[in-house]
Amino acid sequence: MAAARKVACVEIGGIPIAFSSDDDRFLDLLRQRYAGFLSSSPPEFELEFDLIAAIPPSDEDVRVRREGDEWLIERGDFQARWDPGTGRGQVRQNANPYSLDSVVRILHSLILAQRGGFLLHAASAICDGQAYLFSGVSGAGKTTMTRLAPADITLLTDEISYLRPSADGYVAYGTPFAGELAKPGENCSAPVSALFFLEQGPENCIDELPSAEAVRRLMRNILFFAEDRVLVEKLLTTACDFVARVPIRRLTFYPDSRVWDEIRNFQGVAEHV
Amino acid sequence: MSENCIYIARSSAIAARALAGEMMVMNSADSTFFTLNPVATAIFQAADGRTPLREIVRDRICDQFDVDPEQAQADAEQFVTELSGHGILLVSNHPLVSETP
Repeated sequence: MAAARKVACVEIGGIPIAFSSDDDRFLDLLRQRYAGFLSSSPPEFELEFDLIAAIPPSDEDVRVRREGDEWLIERGDFQARWDPGTGRGQVRQNANPYSLDSVVRILHSLILAQRGGFLLHAASAICDGQAYLFSGVSGAGKTTMTRLAPADITLLTDEISYLRPSADGYVAYGTPFAGELAKPGENCSAPVSALFFLEQGPENCIDELPSAEAVRRLMRNILFFAEDRVLVEKLLTTACDFVARVPIRRLTFYPDSRVWDEIRNFQGVAEHV
Repeated sequence: MSENCIYIARSSAIAARALAGEMMVMNSADSTFFTLNPVATAIFQAADGRTPLREIVRDRICDQFDVDPEQAQADAEQFVTELSGHGILLVSNHPLVSETP
């Protein structure tokens, strides 16, 4: 007789997804990892996990491609199928949290792409009720910005920002995906006030970025994996819309706490294209 | 690339969007992203699979940009070679059916 499946519902970015498994330890790991994001909302999607023998986390590239009605998501350490029509999918992976995080991020990236949102390789935080995003090449200072944040700043993430469109622009949500800080973000959201591409320098300075350059930088930092022209077109449209509706600037900063004064005083408008 | 008659067409695997005078192109097969300068954008937009590259350079580049025809042809062939290597353009010695509108 098959063991009964147990379920944990995890809500990231306002999208509740039910994860089920017949392995109690895996469910415990999942509940622990996403502790601030567990939800009692009715799930929009369901993902069944079947655990396989331990395979080390893989460095190989993930492949995400369409096969009929389903998405196939594959990497050395996991295989997943997801049908966006039924909202259901199955995952075969071993019980390591890195594979789990990868599957969850990819699934959210597919859902968001359809809805005009995206995951961005960026830190984000709420300051005075507004969300600010900090992106840039590795080592540019994303984690530094979060470490320098004053006590009244709410950290949404130091690694992967979660963005959805709204009537007035875009909203940033907290995520459990932690980077160097090894600390999950808070489960809350705020309207996005600006996206800064970081560079470190001798003094603090905020510069305009031409819209084409802003799109170029944005696209380089969006997490997107699907080999699908329709979704890629949608993503490019979303990136251009984001640039049109959200101020995007280059922030050169000297790494001390005064940079947050610049953020608080920033009053930018989007470059409408 | 030195064939007498080269035809170029845009791949069906790409998404493209013009913004502020530049063309943004993304290959859905591997998520690589390119931005094209105005000259490259003119060639890309004219890549209908039916017009020889030589005509594109003559009508769309030399007429609109102040460039030497021979240099423009050489630059265009290099550009086409690069983009075909990334799966953005299809290249043939015969007319092609463009894969995108």
